[in-house]
Amino acid sequence: MSALTIRDVWKRYGTAPVLKGIDLEIDSGEFAILVGPSGCGKSTLLNIIAGLDNPGQGTIEIGGRQMNGVEAKDRDIAMVFQSYALYPSMTVRGNMTFGMECRRVPKRQQIEAVDRVAKLLQIEALLDRKPSQLSGGQRQRVAMGRALVRDPLLFLFDEPLSNLDAKLRVEMRMEIKRLHQRIGSTIVYVTHDQIEAMTLATRIAVMNHGEIQQFADPDTVYNRPANLFVARFMGAPPMNTLPAKVVSIEGQPYAELADGEIRLPLRIDASAYAGRDVVLGIRPECIAEHNRRFEDGSTLIDAPVEMTEPTGAETIVLLRLGGHEVLGRVAPDVKFKPGEIGRFALDTRKICLFDPATELLIA
Amino acid sequence: MSERVTLSRVAIHATLIILAAFFLVPLGVVALNSVRGGEEIARAGVIGLPHELRWSNFSRTWSSYCIAQHCDGIQPYFWNSVRMVIPATIISTLLGALNGYSLSLWRFRGDTVVFGIMTLGVFLPEQMRLVPWVIVLRDLGLFNTISGLVLIHTVQGISFTTLFCRNYYVSIPPDLLKAARIDGAGFFRIFWRIVLPLSPPILIVTVIWQFTGIWNEYLYGVTFSAGEQQPVTAALIALSARVSEAPQYGEQSAAVLLAAAPTLLVYLLGGRYFLRGLTAGAVK
Amino acid sequence: MNWRARWGRILPHLVIWPPIVVSCGYVLLFSAWTVWVSFTRSTLLPEYSWAGWRNYSTMLATRNWQIAYTNLFIYGTCFLVFTMAMGLLLAVLIDQRIRAENIYRAIFLYPLAVSFVVTGTVWGWLLNPTFGIQKLMHDAGWASFRFEWLIDRDMAIYTIVIAGVWQASGFAMALLLAGLRSVDGDLMKAAQIDGAGPVRTYLRVVFPTIGPIFIAVLVMLLQFAIKTYDLVVALTQEGPGLASTLPTVVVYDFMFQRGELGEGSAAAVMLLGSLAFVLVPYGLYRHWQRRKAEAHV
Repeated sequence: MSALTIRDVWKRYGTAPVLKGIDLEIDSGEFAILVGPSGCGKSTLLNIIAGLDNPGQGTIEIGGRQMNGVEAKDRDIAMVFQSYALYPSMTVRGNMTFGMECRRVPKRQQIEAVDRVAKLLQIEALLDRKPSQLSGGQRQRVAMGRALVRDPLLFLFDEPLSNLDAKLRVEMRMEIKRLHQRIGSTIVYVTHDQIEAMTLATRIAVMNHGEIQQFADPDTVYNRPANLFVARFMGAPPMNTLPAKVVSIEGQPYAELADGEIRLPLRIDASAYAGRDVVLGIRPECIAEHNRRFEDGSTLIDAPVEMTEPTGAETIVLLRLGGHEVLGRVAPDVKFKPGEIGRFALDTRKICLFDPATELLIA
Repeated sequence: MSERVTLSRVAIHATLIILAAFFLVPLGVVALNSVRGGEEIARAGVIGLPHELRWSNFSRTWSSYCIAQHCDGIQPYFWNSVRMVIPATIISTLLGALNGYSLSLWRFRGDTVVFGIMTLGVFLPEQMRLVPWVIVLRDLGLFNTISGLVLIHTVQGISFTTLFCRNYYVSIPPDLLKAARIDGAGFFRIFWRIVLPLSPPILIVTVIWQFTGIWNEYLYGVTFSAGEQQPVTAALIALSARVSEAPQYGEQSAAVLLAAAPTLLVYLLGGRYFLRGLTAGAVK
Repeated sequence: MNWRARWGRILPHLVIWPPIVVSCGYVLLFSAWTVWVSFTRSTLLPEYSWAGWRNYSTMLATRNWQIAYTNLFIYGTCFLVFTMAMGLLLAVLIDQRIRAENIYRAIFLYPLAVSFVVTGTVWGWLLNPTFGIQKLMHDAGWASFRFEWLIDRDMAIYTIVIAGVWQASGFAMALLLAGLRSVDGDLMKAAQIDGAGPVRTYLRVVFPTIGPIFIAVLVMLLQFAIKTYDLVVALTQEGPGLASTLPTVVVYDFMFQRGELGEGSAAAVMLLGSLAFVLVPYGLYRHWQRRKAEAHV
């Protein structure tokens, strides 16, 4: 059953289009994440779903009901904001009951709802405090509590973790995931952090310039990105992309890199792509130290190392492959000196090929 | 800011004390004269120490001093001012808060125009509005009444209070309103439960400024009321303009002190709000 | 319930629009009406017969108006210069982080809480030659001390300057102090490292930074000066004769005491013109400043 259906939504500010023909269908119980760089339109789309803004064109359906002209308060949604937006003059309890008061929910139900959610989020001790007396993480939980108390059809999150420091962010991320697993509600979550997207989502919608570039589960978005933008946006460090040419040698397809020296075996239908210029995409973790064993064997290459960045858990290596700078990830105890020629193992199963003109994934 | 330019400390303090004296002298003189006998002042001059403390100046000023044919002291005028200032301040502040709220948080077409006209209203010289007010008050039958003055000060005060409150309310985070709208709160509930509880600082400043401005106002007071209906500022002018009898400087000084007392008191008690109003409102 | 939703939607409009309409309307209507009257032949009561520019030319030709405008010029300039100077001096002094700062600030600001009427009355007493400062000096032995500005035709306007400066310096001080305090501390440190002494630092680093606030204060003081009325009535009553009259007083005089509504309104409009002359360029300047800032973002 679809919890949220977005059909052909357009939005313009003046003459500049901010959303161009958005189509999205989110199932009940899904954790859908809208991710993209600043200005891609994700927050605008969220505001339109919430009813805080109107689409120029197109329809929104929540729980099968048409939402055109329906106000935010009648859409059976709840929203958690980046700045938490807690009412400063009310206590935590007051913040949570405010919406119910507006909807004239009977007092007894209000108390039950607050107790239930407070216990779930472990904020019972905070109920009589004011927002100014809470820490960042506590405020975040209260903001979620305010949303949970509504028991809505749809939860909307607008970059809720952006204001937290790194450590707290990781903790809260896990809490949100745990909450979703327990309650099984439908969530639409906006973030610019692709790690959050990968870890939390059941499906990710990658957006850019007002359009959805790809809407698929994290695995697909990561390993089979629909185009170059998605390929470069997801993953940190991002996917390496370099020009290559598909050649056929003894019937086997290879991607020949720019300098003509390195050839990487491909698992594609050679005949369909022979002779084509492509953009080759390979993730840094697919370029590893020479004694790493990838499934189905690995290709060994020698490449000059320009720089290394040890992070403790691994070392990120900047090397030249086919004349282009690419990043690789090697085990932490492998050491290179700048200028040294290193030997690397490449996992060629996960290579992606993109059309240089359309930037779309072709293989 | 830790590093400040250090001039000679002595020079600074000396200059400050001299300047402070300049500013305090008028107040000091009036205060001293209010307890001196009128004949003594006439003889020895306005600036001097009292030979004997004449506290009776105050009671006579308050209830029996003669101002323009009426000999009830400044008491009636004082209460006129009170009856004028309090309603005008309260109403203009409340309406200003409501207006400021709607102008800043509920954008509508033409709100910049409204804002511009309000600004104009603050700067418009009083003289441009005198005669129209005369006509309006006469048509409403409020000429020469305190209610008429209340009306004038309220309507004119709204421009100022709206501007003030609006500049304060624009700093309320928009996410707060979004959350409230999703929660189902409408225009008034948001004002009542969310915006108003955040308003005490600006409301206090507005009230202080309105109180001071309206209490100290003269032109409208003297034009739109006469005789015993006048506010205390008009009474002061009438009081010192008497040339028929020998001037009673002791009582006059007491009158000045009494007339200035309310606003001075408000200033002493709410000093920092006064300051906040200045820096917030003027540099907009 | 449909009517409830309807009512909920209409009610805000019912409550906000009337005060806004009234307070905007009265500004526009009253100004328009006064301008209209200035072109009519009204005397004691408004009369709607066209008089063209006659009121204006009459006003401009009267001695009252000419004296008033000359006075405004003198008063405005002196008031502006001295208040700014005093305000700046006070602000710089208080900025030195002295212990009794709050007390001094309170002392310099209290004149703002006092009515112009009170200020004028009290200064009228102080500057009175018979029993004011001059008498004090005479009694103290300085017999040749002369301070008769109050009754001197040429100097009377300057008494208003004194009272005005006394009243408004605190205001200038408060704003300039806020401006001084908003200067980035790092700028001062850099100046110190560069070897700039206190005077140079203030003149070359601090003052230029608070330029916009300077201008704002200047504009506020100028419009204060143009609107000065109560002070004149309380202190000199335009005296001696007409020596210390100002445009605002002339307006009132013609409108109410002489029963020349048309001419008085013309005077009021010309007063508004002077004000606009100051405020409109300032408004444009601010607008241009804001545009410039946005463009750089």
